[in-house]
Amino acid sequence: MIFGLPVISVAIWLPIIFGVLVLATGDDKNAPLARNLALLGSILGFLVTLPLYSGFNITTSAMQFEELHNWIPLFSIHYHLGVDGISMLFILLNSLFTPLVVLAGWKVIDKRVAQYMAAFLIMSGIVNGVFAALDAILFYVFWEAMLIPMFIIIGVWGGPNRIYATMKFFLYTLLGSLLMLVALLYLYRQTGGSFEILDFHHVGLTMTAQILIFIAFFFAFAVKVPMFPVHTWLPDAHVEAPTGGSVVLAAIMLKVGAYGFLRFSMPITPDASHKLAGVMIALSLIAIVYIGLVALKQSDMKKLVAYSSISHMGFVTLGFFIFNAYGMEGALMQMISHGFVAGALFLCIGVLYDRVHSREISAYGGVANKMPVFAAFFMLFAMANSGLPGTSAFVGEFMVIMGAIKVNFWYAFAAASTLIFGAAYTLWMYKRVIFGAVANHHVAELSDINLREKIIFTLLAIFVLGMGIYPLPFSEILHVSVNDLLEHVAHSKLIY
Amino acid sequence: MDTQTLQTLYLIVPGAPLLGAILAGLFGKFLGRTWTHRITVAMVGVSLFAAIQIFRSVLEGHVFDGAVYTWLTSGGTSFHVGFLIDRLTATMMLVVTSVSLMVHIYTIGYMKDDAGYQRFFSYISLFTFSMLMLVMANNFMQLFFGWEAVGLVSYLLIGFWFNRPTAIYANLKAFLVNRVGDFGFILGIALVLMVFGSLNYADVFAKVAEHANDVAPIAGMQVNLLTAICILLFIGAMGKSAQFPLHVWLPDSMEGPTPISALIHAATMVTAGIFMVTRMSPMFELSDTALSFVMIIGAITALFMGFLGIIQNDIKRVIAYSTLSQLGYMTVALGASAYPIAIFHLMTHAFFKALLFLGAGSVIMGMHHDQDIRNMGGLRKYMKITWITSLIGSLALIGTPFFSGFYSKDSIIEAVEMSHTTGHTFAYIAVLAGVFVTAFYSFRMYFLVFHGEERFGKAAAHDASPAKAHATHDDQHTAAHHGDHDDEEVSHDHHHGLSVGEKPHESPWVVTLPLVLLAIPSALIGYFAIEPMLFGDFFKEAIYIGQNHHVMHEMEEEFHGAFAMTLHALTSVPLWLAAAGVFSSWFFYMKRPDIPAAIQKRLQWIYTVLDNKYYFDRFNDWFFAGGARGASSFLGKFGDKILIDGVLVNGSANLVGKISSVVRRFQSGYIYHYAFTMITGVFILLTIREWF
Repeated sequence: MIFGLPVISVAIWLPIIFGVLVLATGDDKNAPLARNLALLGSILGFLVTLPLYSGFNITTSAMQFEELHNWIPLFSIHYHLGVDGISMLFILLNSLFTPLVVLAGWKVIDKRVAQYMAAFLIMSGIVNGVFAALDAILFYVFWEAMLIPMFIIIGVWGGPNRIYATMKFFLYTLLGSLLMLVALLYLYRQTGGSFEILDFHHVGLTMTAQILIFIAFFFAFAVKVPMFPVHTWLPDAHVEAPTGGSVVLAAIMLKVGAYGFLRFSMPITPDASHKLAGVMIALSLIAIVYIGLVALKQSDMKKLVAYSSISHMGFVTLGFFIFNAYGMEGALMQMISHGFVAGALFLCIGVLYDRVHSREISAYGGVANKMPVFAAFFMLFAMANSGLPGTSAFVGEFMVIMGAIKVNFWYAFAAASTLIFGAAYTLWMYKRVIFGAVANHHVAELSDINLREKIIFTLLAIFVLGMGIYPLPFSEILHVSVNDLLEHVAHSKLIY
Repeated sequence: MDTQTLQTLYLIVPGAPLLGAILAGLFGKFLGRTWTHRITVAMVGVSLFAAIQIFRSVLEGHVFDGAVYTWLTSGGTSFHVGFLIDRLTATMMLVVTSVSLMVHIYTIGYMKDDAGYQRFFSYISLFTFSMLMLVMANNFMQLFFGWEAVGLVSYLLIGFWFNRPTAIYANLKAFLVNRVGDFGFILGIALVLMVFGSLNYADVFAKVAEHANDVAPIAGMQVNLLTAICILLFIGAMGKSAQFPLHVWLPDSMEGPTPISALIHAATMVTAGIFMVTRMSPMFELSDTALSFVMIIGAITALFMGFLGIIQNDIKRVIAYSTLSQLGYMTVALGASAYPIAIFHLMTHAFFKALLFLGAGSVIMGMHHDQDIRNMGGLRKYMKITWITSLIGSLALIGTPFFSGFYSKDSIIEAVEMSHTTGHTFAYIAVLAGVFVTAFYSFRMYFLVFHGEERFGKAAAHDASPAKAHATHDDQHTAAHHGDHDDEEVSHDHHHGLSVGEKPHESPWVVTLPLVLLAIPSALIGYFAIEPMLFGDFFKEAIYIGQNHHVMHEMEEEFHGAFAMTLHALTSVPLWLAAAGVFSSWFFYMKRPDIPAAIQKRLQWIYTVLDNKYYFDRFNDWFFAGGARGASSFLGKFGDKILIDGVLVNGSANLVGKISSVVRRFQSGYIYHYAFTMITGVFILLTIREWF
């Protein structure tokens, strides 16, 4: 409880209320007010999530901080919130990133400032709702609502090709979501009139039903992750999105899809999950290897990091569907780490883009000569993206590889290839952008990062290194919930 | 010393250099040059001091194996960061910290004009920390951390002069080739966890015997898991210790400043693979297949990399190939189950090779950053300390009696002779031939640099060598990071080397002092250390040698003291081979310099093959780098753009568009259209109802 208010509700509604307040500041005359208000709201929004961490009980897999109210009693739809070890960290991650993107857009966004800041604040609240919702309809509402601010962010502040990108993004994700809605309605009938996600977990289903439900969920979640072959919206969306949009997209939105697999697909349809695990693993490995290769020759930095994200998310889905603790905890660690690392990389590209207005690798060269501090931060995040031990990214990849080899040597073999490809595409890009002699007058005129940017990068660097050096506090939160989930998934709920 | 003090010392050894690295890295600007080197040198000094104390305590029997903190728990397994301090670790700690201290001091002189002074100190201190974490690890996870961390620092330091295209090509290449090795390494670690359920050395080694015959199907074959683990781990070692065919990165790493060539690419990091295999001796000892693999790879490296040293004209590259070859020797010793000898050679090599590199660096400074040995000659007159110490280093390298290299290298040759590992005949021939080759290229370099005609200070000399521009380019040539050489003409800025009539000069004391301090162990340590280290059960339980491997045992029986060994060598083949090598290099390069040119002309094809380094670089560039880029372009265009986006995504969008353009016609807005459709519909429905 915060001031007598339930924590999760505050975490959801406080940013949204601030978002509305920021909107109310009106046009760009009041831009400074909008910025400060947004920063205040986002920082408060992060602070109110801290009780979730400090008050979290790591010895139970039950939902914590639960809130249950009637919403639409006619269809027994509830306002039901709660977190467990799987979802809690993502609420913190999401709330942490909101002040960072507000800061990142501080100077760069000078048109419709209030709307820009408000979009991020509102989205932050909605995403918290996605991770905390325990009622399927509530989840669905947050899930769809999340699209709107992102749609606006890309569509309004995006690059020249933003309309194509937003339409692709919107249609891709909407198509998946609608199938999910059908599945949810079917489950409502099967449970005899409940939209409780936890009730869904325990309802017996025939194999045909499970497979159809799994496929419906797959389209919703796989698009968001994104998994091969429904990934092509992501590079386009990233390229057109403003820096803040890319950061939230990579750090948070992709995690929502992966979270869906854990909250819906696997516990609701365990038998179908086992049956289709081979396909999921194959798609994951294709993502790791194929997308890793595709990333190599990208000439656009954002596209390169976008492909790299897809490849890294392949580790997440691989970790899920090998059904062991190393894999699943590794996948969750990878999700958190990828938030920091991909977010940081998009911020790095944003820093360059703000100054030179190009994302092309060939437009740069020798940046280190002019921006040594930036080059050092970029190096750290590039190394993290290559999975260097001591950075957060290593933890997840390491654990997933350890888990995969238990199932099949070749899964681990294919996954471990990221050691080579990940380093190749990241460091080759780094080399061409940062190293070398000063390439042109744009680079020659560059100025190093300012205090605001230093603060953002320092914070992220602390998390990247901290989680790499001491991941135990993160993993401890996961254990009980993950073990419980694995236990649950191991038992058939088949009816004939 | 009580346990508490010792445990504090364990933390100080890696902690002090880390602190130095952080201070120099984050606050270097604030600290300034002088304070940066004072702090970092002091920190490494503290580390060395602590390492000495620990070494003494280990000799008294204080072996430590424990966790510092729990890194992660998952699936019922705990992963720790922890230390294993036994005699092997303590020896490595001494080698690392002492060479590192010498290099730190040397750097004060060598890098004094460089704009990246503080950054450099930060990196080499960070390297020292990483290397110590590697050798002190008590588990595979931390080993991998140190393993990758030294790779990172190596990457940063090879590309230290990041304005030079060759440097940033070399550092990327080094990192990626190492990653190929690490790919095998991490799979090996994953198999260890799978088979033994733990990554702690102690747990694994305790259970190794019961899993010796475990098999699992991999690639349709029943594979012995222990053999698979050993070979995968060794692939990691092949990357880090630059063994054929993953050796390609090491010669290019010479793009980095000379102090790190000494510290990282000769004395310490590249020996990580040797250390690792020695550490894993309880596993390797149970797999004869893996040992054969190790021995053959080592033998190939020892001989064929030596050949390449013969034709190099860049002083650093000669030493680099010599390093490759010597690493091959150590690897061969591992294959012969002679782990103590491998570590012994690792130690002597660390000293004399660091000495040779630092001596080369001193020569390079004296020559105003000209690295081409064809432009040198007669330097002994001008650089006395560098000359004497380099001579000591060269004598140690070729295995001159009483010098350190003699004892370690002769022992390796003897061990291979007695070995029964499959491939030992080939390995024996390789290491024996390698002795001649080593002596030949070492003294070719020595004579060309320090003796004979003075070829420097001639304008023509610079123009004579544009062909190998990338190799002979000076060590410190960067546009932005170029310091002021006060006695250098401006016009000479892109044309390093001595100007006409200028003479080389001896380096300052911060450079020569480390040379002298390294020359002492290079000369002496072999004689005094061989008996306790190889035959006195020095390593005790740190190294395990299987019952069926007799090499160390047999050698101990034949060993009658260092002096007797030296006397015995006078009548043995290796010494005469070395002498022949020295003599022929003297004859070819001092007496009759026309002969090598004639040979080169006569045997042009051999020269071409060697000059192209057996075409490995070209093949890798074409096949792996080019292949990956080609696959990337193809998959990006065909897979993502045409197939998924073109056919599936936009295709289905187009399909929807087409269907809707047809369906749209029904929405015409004319009432009679709708009326017609309704009537038709009702008619059809009624018909269906009638019929069925």
